Amino acid sequence: MSRPEDSLPPDLFYNDLESRKYTTSSRIRNIQASMTNRALELLDLKHPSFILDVGCGSGLSGEILSGVPPEEGGPHEWVGMDISASMLDVALQRDVEGDLFLADIGQGVPFRPGSFDAAISISAIQWLCNAESSDVSPEGRLTRFFGGLYASLRRGGRAVCQFYPKNDAQRMMISAAAVRAGFGAGILEDDPGTKSAKLYLVLTVGGGELESQGG
Amino acid sequence: MKVLTVNFLTCAVKTCKTSPEAFPLHFRDAELAQQDLEFNPEFIKNMLLRLDWNAFRVTTSELGFSTIPAEKPEGDALNDETLLRDLHKVLLETQVMEGKLVCGHCAHEYAIKEGIANFLLPNHLV
Ligand SMILES: [Zn+2]
Repeated sequence: MSRPEDSLPPDLFYNDLESRKYTTSSRIRNIQASMTNRALELLDLKHPSFILDVGCGSGLSGEILSGVPPEEGGPHEWVGMDISASMLDVALQRDVEGDLFLADIGQGVPFRPGSFDAAISISAIQWLCNAESSDVSPEGRLTRFFGGLYASLRRGGRAVCQFYPKNDAQRMMISAAAVRAGFGAGILEDDPGTKSAKLYLVLTVGGGELESQGG
Repeated sequence: MKVLTVNFLTCAVKTCKTSPEAFPLHFRDAELAQQDLEFNPEFIKNMLLRLDWNAFRVTTSELGFSTIPAEKPEGDALNDETLLRDLHKVLLETQVMEGKLVCGHCAHEYAIKEGIANFLLPNHLV
C-alpha cells in the first residue's frame, strides 16, 4: 500500500473525493474510533475538558469527545484544526459540535498559553515531515507545531498523538522535536510487530518522563 | 466560531506573538447564530478559571451583548445556576457564522465562513 504522505501534501491529497471516502469507509471509521478511545484512555481526563484536536479532519474523533458520558468525565468541548477544507466541509455536513479551524499545524498553534486541558491527534503529525517548498523545512514545521502545542496546554496537561512514521528516523525526528519543545515524552506501541501496530506519542507538560513501553 | 474559543485565540502572525494588542482578536461584520447545546455546568466552571474576563467583555460588547458583569464571578457565584446558564448561552451556544477576525496589532484579517475561521498564513508571516 502506498502512503498518502509520499504522494501529495494533505490539503491536496484530501480533496472532496478522498475526504468522503475517508469518512464513509466503515473500516477506517472503526480504526479511527478505536484509536481515539485509546488516546482518551491515555489522556485519563476526570472532568469535562477543553481539548484541541490536531488534524481533526471530518470530526470523527471529535464526535467521540463530545459523546463521553458524565460518569466517564465528559462530555468534552473541542477545537479542531485541519489543513483540508474538504475534510472540514464533511465535518460541517455531519454537524459536529466542535469549533473548526482551517489551519496548518506546521505554522504553529494560535492559542494563548494554558488554553487547553489536553490535545489529541489521530493519524496527522507525520504530515509535518512533508515540506514542499524551499522556504519551509520539516524541522521548522515540527518546531513550530510542538512549541505552539506545548504553550497552549495548561500545566499538568497531556497530549496524545497517534501517528504513522515512515521509518525509525522519522519517528525519532518527531519525538525529539517534542522533547525539544519541553514535553515529557514517551512512545507507546500497541500490537507491536504486527500489521495493525499503532504508535502513540504521549506528551506531558510539566510532568515527569514517561517510560517507553509495549501495550 | 464560539465566543469561548475566541477568548483563547491569538493572532498567528509571528511578530504578534508577544504583542498585547494582538489579543483578543476583534470581530468585524459578524453574523451570529444560536445553537442549542446541552448545559454542562462543570465545563463552564472549569473554563471560568481560565477565561480572560476583560477580553470576554471586549468580545461580547463587539457582538452586542450588554449584560455581562463587570467582574469575573467567583466563589459562591459559581453555584448560581442562572448565571452559569447565561454564560453557557454566550460562550458555547452563540456562534459567529460569517465575518472576520481582525488583529489589533498587525491588522491581519482572518475570514470566517460557515463558522470556520481560516488561519492559513502565507509562509513569510509565520
Ligand atoms: Zn497580528
